[in-house]
Amino acid sequence: MVNAINDALDIKLAEDKSVIVYGEDVGVEGGVFRVTEGLQQKYGASRVFDSPLAESGIVGTAIGMAVAGLRPVVEMQFCGFIYPAFNQIISHASRMRNRSRGKFETPMVIRMPYGGGINALEHHSESMETIFGHIPGLKVVVPSTPHDAKGMLIAAIESNDTILFMEPKRIYRAIKQEVEEGKFIIPLGKANVLTQGTDVTVVAYGAMIREVQKAMVMAKEAGISVELIDLRSIYPIDRETISKSVKKTGRIITVTEGPRTYGVGSEISQIAIEEAFLNLEAPPARVSGFDVIVPLPKGEHHFMQDPYKIFYEIERIVKY
Amino acid sequence: MFQVIDNDGKVINKRWMPQISDTRLLKIYKDMLFARVADLQIVSYQRQGRIFTYPPNYGQEAIAAAAGALIQDNDWMVPAFREMGTMLAKGVTLKELFLYFMGYEDGSKFENAKFTLPISVPIASQLLHAAGIGYAVKYNNEDKVIYAFVGDGGTSEGDFHEAVNFAGVWKVPVIFIIQNNQYGISTPTKMQTASDSLAIKAVAYGVKGIQVDGNDLFAMYKAIEESVKVCRNGEGPVLIEAVTYRKGAHTTSDDPTKYRTKEEEQEWDERDPMKRLKSYIIANKLWSEKEEEKIIPQFKEEVDRQFIEAENYGPYPKEDIFKYLYAEMPDDLHDQERQYDRFLQWKATKIK
Repeated sequence: MVNAINDALDIKLAEDKSVIVYGEDVGVEGGVFRVTEGLQQKYGASRVFDSPLAESGIVGTAIGMAVAGLRPVVEMQFCGFIYPAFNQIISHASRMRNRSRGKFETPMVIRMPYGGGINALEHHSESMETIFGHIPGLKVVVPSTPHDAKGMLIAAIESNDTILFMEPKRIYRAIKQEVEEGKFIIPLGKANVLTQGTDVTVVAYGAMIREVQKAMVMAKEAGISVELIDLRSIYPIDRETISKSVKKTGRIITVTEGPRTYGVGSEISQIAIEEAFLNLEAPPARVSGFDVIVPLPKGEHHFMQDPYKIFYEIERIVKY
Repeated sequence: MFQVIDNDGKVINKRWMPQISDTRLLKIYKDMLFARVADLQIVSYQRQGRIFTYPPNYGQEAIAAAAGALIQDNDWMVPAFREMGTMLAKGVTLKELFLYFMGYEDGSKFENAKFTLPISVPIASQLLHAAGIGYAVKYNNEDKVIYAFVGDGGTSEGDFHEAVNFAGVWKVPVIFIIQNNQYGISTPTKMQTASDSLAIKAVAYGVKGIQVDGNDLFAMYKAIEESVKVCRNGEGPVLIEAVTYRKGAHTTSDDPTKYRTKEEEQEWDERDPMKRLKSYIIANKLWSEKEEEKIIPQFKEEVDRQFIEAENYGPYPKEDIFKYLYAEMPDDLHDQERQYDRFLQWKATKIK
């Protein structure tokens, strides 16, 4: 996935001079995860560079660049460090267009690795997509494969809206996949039905897709047919795909990494109730983190979703 | 503190007296007078319940007027919310400002003002936009300067420090103007910082800084004029602390008698920017009380005309709350709008 994201940035930097890439350590070093490696050498230090260590400063200046016609793609080093920039995101990036009645736009992408399972320090494992999905004026997307990461990032850079592009760092290097060469786009806001099934719909995204796929092997052995949807976009949310699937299966489970209450799973459950109330054969179920702080690595397995937790829930709901 | 004229409008610093033609100077004075007339009138409209919360400018007109006289059509204006003179100079209309404070986002369209950001309510957050615009201007080799405003309270915000720091590292053409009007709502500047001045903060960021008498039009004009040169030479940014006094309330919801004394207000009346410039232009036979008496009713009439136009702006179209949020509107948001339409239809037919 790291290579696919790098490729997407490379393609956009090459074809559009208004694209600027910066953030903490993204220039010389190529970022702490090496996502931007080699880009400064290729495009120069005025287009790909290290910024001062200040997240609000990074996002706030990107807003200025964007209203002045550039297309900044900035990196937050970790999801846990984005909060100093929260005010700039919620007060300006997501509002400038509305505030100025469309006179100023903020075509910018905020890239950010998120999620747990990498034995990291405190503040390096959060999945807080929900709080960003709640911000009017912002779009929040999460790829789950290298192919999607490339096509979605190109779409995000070309969008005239502000996009929070959340990268599941646990699978940065875990998934090997041949990615189409050259430019292609995956439209933002559309979910992807990865596997057709008939007994239960499972909605997940990011690094959770792989966990669900492992659980599906167990489900298959148990004779349960799972329909797997990769949500891809936290906001906007693809009601249509969710609704169509749950009408067919009558059961829905969400698998998310963040805390449960008010989470993405809650929103999807509500969509299932609104769109397919009479088709439901079991209450919508949520596999999610607890409403606790992500534990440090030795305790993290209690918090993280794994194939067993997911299969346990699949079995429970199908037998409901 | 950099000064050019004293409280009586006498030149005390000839060396730094800016070259301003008589016609231009008169225009600046009239612009300041117009801003003051407008301000006082808006406060009275607010008292009549015809406009919502409003932050008056009076007492600080020289700063916005000096910036307004020097800012070019293609320069960027990044306002806080107390810079009426500069906004008007950029081509923003009073009617637009009225619309905004009456509760229409349309007031932020600034149809005739190029490169002017809307008013920024979250304190100091706009300064980062100025630094980013500065980067874009430099990146595109454009010959533009960015004027960015903040108050004294705003210098305590992290974004102020990040903005001056980023702009300093990037060497971008931004003039940061701090309007130090002595109070952040009710909190005096000495409770915002242990620094001797706000201008001195420039030193820590390795940028040029100057403390200016913000009630001295000539000093403000000269300081900004020099800052523009610095910026155009690629040696920006510049930090200007303009020392002034907010004669009115923070906003119309505020009561300054709670936190400042009559004596203090009288002391600052002596340093009023209008009074000082007026003394200068009268002494130099460019202006007279008679002319002023004649022009004030004309200004009042103009303010009233634009206010009434704003009052008659009409209803707020429902679609406007939805349609500007995204370049590409999400389907779900369309659905929410359609649901609301159904409710409105129901209401129109069922509720008498």
